[in-house]
Parts: sequence; C-alpha cells; structure tokens
Amino acid sequence: MASYSTNEFRSGLKILIEADPCEIVSNEFVKPGKGQAFARVKLRNLKTGRMWERTYKSGESVEAADVLDTEMEFLYADDESWWFMDPQTFDQVPADPAAVGDNAKWLKPQDTCTVTLWNEVPISITPPNHVVLTVTETDPGLKGDTAQGGSKPATLETGAVVRVPLFIEEGDLLKVDTRKGEYISRAKE
Amino acid sequence: MSVEKSDSTLARGHLRARAKLLSQIRQFFRERNVLEVETALARPYTVTEPHQQSFQLAGPADESLTEPLFLQTSPEYAMKQLLAGGSGDIYQICKAFRFGEQGLQHSPEFTMLEWYRLGFDHHRLMDELAELMQQVVGPRAIQKLTWRDAFIRYADIDPVSAGLDQLVNRVSSSLPSQSVSGPEPLRRLALDLLLIEQIEPALGRDCFTFMYDYPADQAALARVSDDPWPVAHRFELYVDGVELANGFHELADGHEQRRRFEQDNHQRRVNGDVEVALDESLLAVLDELPDCSGVAVGVDRLLQLITGAASLAEVKA
Repeated sequence: MASYSTNEFRSGLKILIEADPCEIVSNEFVKPGKGQAFARVKLRNLKTGRMWERTYKSGESVEAADVLDTEMEFLYADDESWWFMDPQTFDQVPADPAAVGDNAKWLKPQDTCTVTLWNEVPISITPPNHVVLTVTETDPGLKGDTAQGGSKPATLETGAVVRVPLFIEEGDLLKVDTRKGEYISRAKE
Repeated sequence: MSVEKSDSTLARGHLRARAKLLSQIRQFFRERNVLEVETALARPYTVTEPHQQSFQLAGPADESLTEPLFLQTSPEYAMKQLLAGGSGDIYQICKAFRFGEQGLQHSPEFTMLEWYRLGFDHHRLMDELAELMQQVVGPRAIQKLTWRDAFIRYADIDPVSAGLDQLVNRVSSSLPSQSVSGPEPLRRLALDLLLIEQIEPALGRDCFTFMYDYPADQAALARVSDDPWPVAHRFELYVDGVELANGFHELADGHEQRRRFEQDNHQRRVNGDVEVALDESLLAVLDELPDCSGVAVGVDRLLQLITGAASLAEVKA
C-alpha cells in the first residue's frame, strides 16, 4: 500500500485515517525548542465532510487513500442508487444515497458532476457550481413590486427550495448557485 | 488594494520595524554595559541536540572541505569560549540556521539575539529579559510557573508522578505509533504532544509567561539541581502561545557536558540520525566558564509579535 511521509504532506493530499479517506486541508510544522518536530494537520473526512485535527511525529508515514475526482454525467435515481456515467467509457456507476447526501436536490439528469471515488466507489458528489432548474411551485408574485427587493420561496424541479424575487413564476427557468443555495438570475433554455 | 509602491517595498520584511527593534536592543545593552560581539557563523563543530539538524558546507560542485564546516544553529558554543576567555558580559545579534525547519513560526535561517550575564542565575536573567520585553513589546503582566505546574494547570496532569498510561490517555490526538521504541521515548513523545497541544497555546495570553525548572533530561546546557526530583535551571519565554526565548543558568562542568553530548549522540543513533563530533573546543574550556546565565531570543518571532504578522516569512526581507 502506498504511503506518504509527513514531509510530503501538502494540502489536497488524500490519506487514510481510522479507515476513512481524508483530504489534507492544511499542514503546519510545529516544534518546541528542544523537542521533536511534529506536523499538525487539518483534515476533511471525505465521507462525512467533518473536519479533523491530527498531530504526527515528523517523518512518520500515513497510508495513502486511493481517492479520485472524476467528471461524470448524472443519469437517474432509482430506489436504491443514484446512477452516474463516465462520458468517455460509458461505464455506469451507482452512488449510495449517503454519498449524494444533501446535494441530491441539485442533481438534474444530464448535468455533469464531480464524483469522488474511493477504491472506485463514489463517496461524495459535487454538483456543478451553477445549475439551471425549472420552478415547479411558487406563489403568484406581485409584478412591479421588485423595487422593494422582496422575495418568496420557490420549489424547483429537483425539490430544492430557494428564495427568489417576487416576479418569478411557475415554469420559469432559474440559474442557481449550488454552493450558497441562492438564486442568481432567470435563464433561457 | 492601492498601496504606493514604495510603501509595499518597505512593508516587505517590515524594514522599519526591524531597524527600530535592533536599535532598541542595542540601546538596552549599551545602558547595561554589555559588550556586543560577533563570532563565526561557520564553525568546525556543531550541536549534538537530537532534534536539531545542521547545514554542512561544501565547496564548488559538492566538493567536500578538508575540515568540516557547519552553519551554527546558535552562537552559544562560540560565545561560551569568549566568556571562558574572560570577555565579561556579552551579547550578539546574528543569523542561525536549522535544517528542515519551515513553517509559520520556523525558518531554516533566522535572526537570533543571545546574551550572557556573569553572576546572574536564571531567575535574575528572566527578570532582565522581562524588562527588554516591556520595552520592545509593551507593558504586560509577568507570569512565572514551573514546567511541572504548567502541566498540572493546563493539561490537568502531574507529569512527574503520572504513569505512562495516564500520560498517553491525556493526549487528544492518536499517538504516533511508528518509530517509537521503548517506554522512555514514548513518555517523552506524550509530554511533547501535551506541551504543543494543551500547554503552549495557553501560555503568554496577555502576559509574558516564563516556564522554568525543566526535567533533568531536558537540561541541554543548563545546571541541574540536587533536589529529590532534580530540575534543570532552564527557562523559556512564551508570548501569545509562541515560544520566544530559551535560557539557562549555564553548566560549567566539561565532564558532565561531555556525558550529555554522548547521550545526545546515543539518541541520534536511535533516531537514525547521523552522530555529531563533540565540540572539543567548547569542552576544553567549559570548566573555566564563569558563573553566568544566558538566553537566546528569536528576533523574527519577536518582530512577528510586534507587527502582528501572520508568518515569519512576512517579517523577513
């Protein structure tokens, strides 16, 4: 199994901690005056998204995690899995609902997502930063009231709910920022 | 950001702040009749410290020199030779070099202030260092606590009486398992981890914290008391969680110092590091060393504190 020594640590490196794949977020050299040197590492657990802190003795090695980010097209979801396709090989890969998590509400068939594979199994899905989705439900807005900057909730075709300006109507296409969960603008197909 | 070009050039390395600090330091020692000295940066011997690695010089195309030359990790040995020769009180501002140390508070090349005071014990030298700090950093309260009390207060464990299991259990992160052989290295590892995780971050908050009376096996070049639990007359200064200085009531016993150097080399062997030839030029004169205390201060870290810079690199030109 491949491993990394602490002096190879840098942000972005994927390592195995307590049998979970983690990504190094930051790495700081720490050394008391006459004491030994350590690497103080902040890590993101790639399965849970939680942040961890660990301290390693300098020179210690840690097992590498076979983690790979790939661009894949979202196909459809069935009762058990969310299916993605590699656009080059046309291989289809099922992702566990736990790996998709909250991001499920941004996934529209044919959109290209980043699928993080660990030992070739999807562990997390990152939707495109911007998606275009249809409004399926919203209260009728009051036209001409936009100067007040008012907003209302709108439900989108994937089930996501975002705050939108009052002039937005059912059937409108919206461009949405998936990182903030915010309305950006109306969109043309 | 719209910063004038000349300003940004000045800001780089905080040139003015550094110049002011250096002149304050020189004024401080002028007032106390401490002599400024300069010793060689490249010396035929280097330190045996198990956790410090030195740069060794080579000629063109990696040609090795007829006599080895090392960049100093501190001017301590050279200054002690001056003291043994009768120099009286001395200080030096110089560069020091430590291989492989790089981080927000570390750099392989850094500026060090080191001084020695005849007839001072380590407590009197702490007081003098506190005076210098008040002048260059500003007024703050002074806190003094022993190494043992620091563990009891901030890590809630007595490092002297606690068993190895208790120490290991107090360490929050999983203890590195590799390259630790035997209970003594493991104990030292647990103590170092507790120090960096729980104690250091709590020291020097709104004050100057002096931690003193280190365990005898961390004495380095300090005298050791003959108490039932012997302590090294060594201290460190912490400000805002950062170690700024290390000082000793200096050992003046060549025989004992040789024993410690040999022990260091033994530890280096165990760690898989190269052994270091003992500095015979120091050992030969150590018995002549007058009763004195000495301290080394990291000038770049001090400047970082004064300017509020986030990293050491920011205060270096």
